[in-house]
Amino acid sequence: MPPPVLAYADADNPWFSWQFLQQNTDAVLAALREHAQLTAEAVLLATLVSVPLAVLAYWFRRLTGPILALTGVLYTIPSLALFALLAPFVGVGQATVLVGLVTYALLVIVRNTVAGLSQVPEPVRDAARGMGYGRFGQLWRIDLPLALPGILTGVRLATVSTVALVTVGVLIGHGGLGEFLTIGFRAGYKSEVMTATIIIFLLGLALDLVLAGLGRLLTPWTRSRAR
Amino acid sequence: MTLFQQAIQWLNDPLNWTNPGGIFDRLVEHLRISAAAVLLGCLIAWPLGLWLGHRRRGGGAVITVSNVTLAVPTLSLLTLISLTALGIGQTAVILALTVFAIPPLLANAYTGLREVDPQVRDAARGMGLSGWQMLWRVELPLSVPYLAAGFRTAAVQVVATAALAALVAGGGLGEIISEGFGLGINVAGGQIIAGGLLVAGLALLVEGTFAVVERLVTPRPLRRARGMRRAGATAANV
Repeated sequence: MPPPVLAYADADNPWFSWQFLQQNTDAVLAALREHAQLTAEAVLLATLVSVPLAVLAYWFRRLTGPILALTGVLYTIPSLALFALLAPFVGVGQATVLVGLVTYALLVIVRNTVAGLSQVPEPVRDAARGMGYGRFGQLWRIDLPLALPGILTGVRLATVSTVALVTVGVLIGHGGLGEFLTIGFRAGYKSEVMTATIIIFLLGLALDLVLAGLGRLLTPWTRSRAR
Repeated sequence: MTLFQQAIQWLNDPLNWTNPGGIFDRLVEHLRISAAAVLLGCLIAWPLGLWLGHRRRGGGAVITVSNVTLAVPTLSLLTLISLTALGIGQTAVILALTVFAIPPLLANAYTGLREVDPQVRDAARGMGLSGWQMLWRVELPLSVPYLAAGFRTAAVQVVATAALAALVAGGGLGEIISEGFGLGINVAGGQIIAGGLLVAGLALLVEGTFAVVERLVTPRPLRRARGMRRAGATAANV
């Protein structure tokens, strides 16, 4: 996506102006779409990778340390450095941003999933074994459903931080709403930076609420226990 | 020549280290900005966190602070603060990074004091210690491991995000990467990778160093609880 061509309000430079939003609705929506799409893809991919990793860590205690250490190291590498290390090989496309975002989301989801799985009470697991569940049957019917609140916590945290992190993608031309931050910064245009910040914040909040609602639907038993 | 060899070659050129705006200059800038942000963060977050933990209230506020800062992009604050009267430069960058250093420092200081065994507090009160004495002689020493964990998280996070300062002309090692992208991947692929390696290496080095420091300041009997502490601090760590 080429940087959007923007219309600027004349002369005065307020911190927020509806005029900016009205004149650039299409560009803002296009950026918002890219932002949301990158976030959704990244979190989905990260979940698909993290949950099996967490299950491995849960089944084989000896792997817990290495898996957490590896995802921890990946998480420690700054996003800018990661994009710099990936871009020359993968190219300057959405794929690079996506790989970077997935790398970051791994640790949070793995850690929370492991925590969720470890909280499955031993008597429950014992009962499952007694009822004749095999390893996969027990995982699918007993362990994962009980770990769902932990998994969802991880996915929610990962989503909110991914929404914020997409902005660093401006380095390789795919930063969603982040483009407005750097373009507005270079033009010294405050409303543009402020508008993008507010929309990014609201996007994170909205996605978090959606996932929280989804969590309530998926785990009705946690509500009845709380009552 | 592969990209990786180009990166090694770039790193092997002594002028890339010693030139004005070379690696040494950028490294010093990077460390100065990071140190200022973390210290400023400590000055703000630790007294507040210790006081809230001592009074045993405000937990909700502490969690809200870390959740809200999680949703604000670093780049937003960097650009916003640079556009205020402070102007573009290192002051704006330091202030923006301080905002992101505060949540882990605050959350860990608060949690550290909350985790002090109520029986220990009772005993201290029974011995006639005043509120200040209890905070200074009992609660603070017992929460040192938490303070160290928070410091480590904050330091790593700040050193990592200081790389983004380059996007707002704030200096630091990120400039090497951003300059490389400015020249184009075909021309400066080696420089981009070299910059990435430098920034990543610095972050991992800081993480490793403070992991050792954290271990050293944690009394042996408290080391076992480390896993619990990290898990409890998750929300603030990300």
